[in-house]
Amino acid sequence: MQMKLFIPELLANAEAGFWFPPQSSTVAENVDSVYFFILWVCTFFFVLIVGLMLLFMIKYRYRPGVEAVKTNTHNLTLELSWSVIPTLLTVVMFWVGFTSYLDMRTPPAASYEISVVAKKWVWAFKYPNGWIESELHIPKGENVTLTMASDDVLHSLWIPAFRTKMDVVPGRYTQQWFNATQAGTFPLMCAEYCGQKHSEMITNVVVHETRGDFDKWLQNASDIHKNKTPVEAGEYFYKSRGCIQCHSLDGVPKNGPSFKGLFDSERKFTDGTSRIADANYIRQSILEPQSQIVTGFRPIMPTFKGQLTDEDITAIIAFIKAQK
Amino acid sequence: MATVVDSSNPKSDFPIQYRELNYLNCSKGWKSWFFTLDHKRIGIMYLIGVTCAFFLGGLFAVLLRTELLSPARILLSADGYNQMFTLHGAIMTFLVIIPGVPAAIGNIILPVMLGAKDVAFPRMNLGSFYLWMFGAAFFLAALALGGLDTGWTFYTPYSITTSTAVITALLGVFILGFSSIFTGLNFIVTIHTMRPPGMTWFKMPLFLWALYATALIQILATPVLGITGLLLVVERAFHIGIFDPALGGDPVLFQHFFWFYSHPAVYVMILPAMGVVSEVIAVHSRKHIFGYRFIAYSSIAIAIFGFLVWGHHMFVSGQSKVVAVVFSAITFSVSIPSAIKVFNWLTTMYKGSIRFTTAMCYALAFLFIFSIGGLTGLFLATLATDIHLHDTYFVVAHFHYVMMGSSLVGLFAAVHHWWPKITGKMFSEFWGRIACLGVFLGFNLTFFPQFLLGTRGMPRRYYTYLPEFQNLHILSTCGAYLLGLSSALMAATLIYSVYRGKKAPANPWGGASLEWQCSSPPPANNFDHPPLAGDPYIMESVVYNEEIGGYVPVECQGAKKGSVTASGDKEA
Repeated sequence: MQMKLFIPELLANAEAGFWFPPQSSTVAENVDSVYFFILWVCTFFFVLIVGLMLLFMIKYRYRPGVEAVKTNTHNLTLELSWSVIPTLLTVVMFWVGFTSYLDMRTPPAASYEISVVAKKWVWAFKYPNGWIESELHIPKGENVTLTMASDDVLHSLWIPAFRTKMDVVPGRYTQQWFNATQAGTFPLMCAEYCGQKHSEMITNVVVHETRGDFDKWLQNASDIHKNKTPVEAGEYFYKSRGCIQCHSLDGVPKNGPSFKGLFDSERKFTDGTSRIADANYIRQSILEPQSQIVTGFRPIMPTFKGQLTDEDITAIIAFIKAQK
Repeated sequence: MATVVDSSNPKSDFPIQYRELNYLNCSKGWKSWFFTLDHKRIGIMYLIGVTCAFFLGGLFAVLLRTELLSPARILLSADGYNQMFTLHGAIMTFLVIIPGVPAAIGNIILPVMLGAKDVAFPRMNLGSFYLWMFGAAFFLAALALGGLDTGWTFYTPYSITTSTAVITALLGVFILGFSSIFTGLNFIVTIHTMRPPGMTWFKMPLFLWALYATALIQILATPVLGITGLLLVVERAFHIGIFDPALGGDPVLFQHFFWFYSHPAVYVMILPAMGVVSEVIAVHSRKHIFGYRFIAYSSIAIAIFGFLVWGHHMFVSGQSKVVAVVFSAITFSVSIPSAIKVFNWLTTMYKGSIRFTTAMCYALAFLFIFSIGGLTGLFLATLATDIHLHDTYFVVAHFHYVMMGSSLVGLFAAVHHWWPKITGKMFSEFWGRIACLGVFLGFNLTFFPQFLLGTRGMPRRYYTYLPEFQNLHILSTCGAYLLGLSSALMAATLIYSVYRGKKAPANPWGGASLEWQCSSPPPANNFDHPPLAGDPYIMESVVYNEEIGGYVPVECQGAKKGSVTASGDKEA
């Protein structure tokens, strides 16, 4: 932290140290210390190389009448030493990197399991009780394992504050685990290029102080139909399931039609037919989005079959109906 | 003052290096260029092509950096941005860096360095250039047909599902691959069969060792990229499941195939630049290269180890833990040969007489930048730190330090070192050095802040970003502008010299390898008789001659004291 005194305001990192975001998981400290070990080794060699280079540049610069001095053209001891010493150092680097890596990649047996589905360009975190949320909520001080799958292309789930990252690959499951050491909200982002809105595939990790806080949050959150009016619940799904990425509320079409004034309007389809957008139409568009494509749009919407209940869909219809 | 030599007459008695007829003026008209079999002319055409591609890719880079001045939209839409970084990467990789040193500079210099009249297969050499043009045309077609937004890596399944011109671009890559293979094959055969009397393997200039190692990688790795590209084309066109899980394929398999080429390709880009630096540092320090055998062997070692480390691009891809550990371990082995080279170059400068010519300035910039580029690779080879740094700006900074700051700065060093030989003209050292300083400062200002962006949590290929990263992005963009302007100044200085430059002597810097023994520019057939080759690093074998303004062999200087040219001026 005292390092910050010497860093110009422009370069300063308000939230944490000079190099990294705050250390908020059990592995972060280890990763950072491996980083700083390598950094010191590199700094040593960099100063050595550039120092010698500058020294030679000054000392042996061309001066009229001074010829280059003939020196030995090789020296086995010298050459072996600058082959062997770096080799030994890299063995140490490999070893510390390897041991921390095993810790980072081996999920502990007792672990809270959350499954993750990534799709363009939204995250869905599914809790053991079936509740799905677009932000990741976890309790502090508890092992959490994410089992991740992708609905479309490669994504990568990265939480910089936790120093963990793992690709989310379609057609297989990948896993990562962590144990948060700090309550608060941290960015969680997609690190593997996934198309147009790759850079907007950012959400938050919310770390709750105690398991009790977390359980209370989960209970409240998952009670949506009891706690909220259908329109409010629909708005929640609109925001948390990624509808918001492609459907605006202000009448400006994005990748999909805007919800403003959509209900009961006439929709024209690419196959030439048309239909009034009633409740059944909206239901079908959510469950079988490719069946009828409104003219002017591409068939890119994923299906939500099996991911939304009838009650959820009813709420979404109520929400869309309310967008006059 | 004896008159300088008439000598359009090929029967002239003068030794070949003092004749005025050279490869540039021996024949005229567009046909004499487009159907030439002369390696030097082909090299020049490559150099022009590569330069155009460099400025196109550079323009894209400047647009990208401008967009990143703010997280909000400035110039480009998100789609436009994604296309821009894809084409920037693809053009710079396939059209600029890979052919840069080997096909452009190597083509011109390699046969002359060998004392040969041409490469082993001149027609294949011309064919390689036309394939390059053809491949480049496919890239431009992809640009016209709706662009390309997959990233230069073409990762599946995104590249299978996107609606942009993936097939066109992949065919371009396939064709460019053949161009690269042709050049590599030519170099290998030429080096094996056409060395002059006296040039044993260990008397070859190190640039040739580097080109040889590069050529080995080119012919062994490029076919894998070609096949991978074709498989992807087949998958897109006929929906045969290879990489797309929706069709029963495996997307991670694509990454293995892709990096099996593309990691060795990194050494196709850096090895020739290392070869250039070995030459430039020795010549401009007036010193015998230190540790010749270690440098030569380390080139071959890099070529071999380079094939065994591709998995380090995939530490977070979902490959198995054991595989990741093995790849991490092997990856470190590739850092050792690079370290050996750096220390050997430094020791070469020891007790030398260092001339800060433009070429040497670029070589010193290379040393500085490559040290950072190489050392930051250690963070990425180490498993624990790579998990955090993978796919961030740290990686972007690292590979630009190696690919741009080292490979291209190596190319710049090569261009300035051999420019008098290639064009027969001296460029302005003053403006050359100013441009070099600008490139050096601009480069570091562009890419050093990106290391910080990466460690602090900025992923690569992001169109918009969190507000706390803006300051560093602004710094980086300012650097990019400086870098762009300095590159333009460099090009302007060189082009100006072609029209207004002083005539270059045969050996302006005092090199002892064979290319400095023929005139600048060389005659069409380089040497009438294969010259005798000795140790190419005995700098004492040439001495400076005031009147010629360049270096001449010691024998001539001694025998002809006071004579005007060290030529075969018979009357003296």
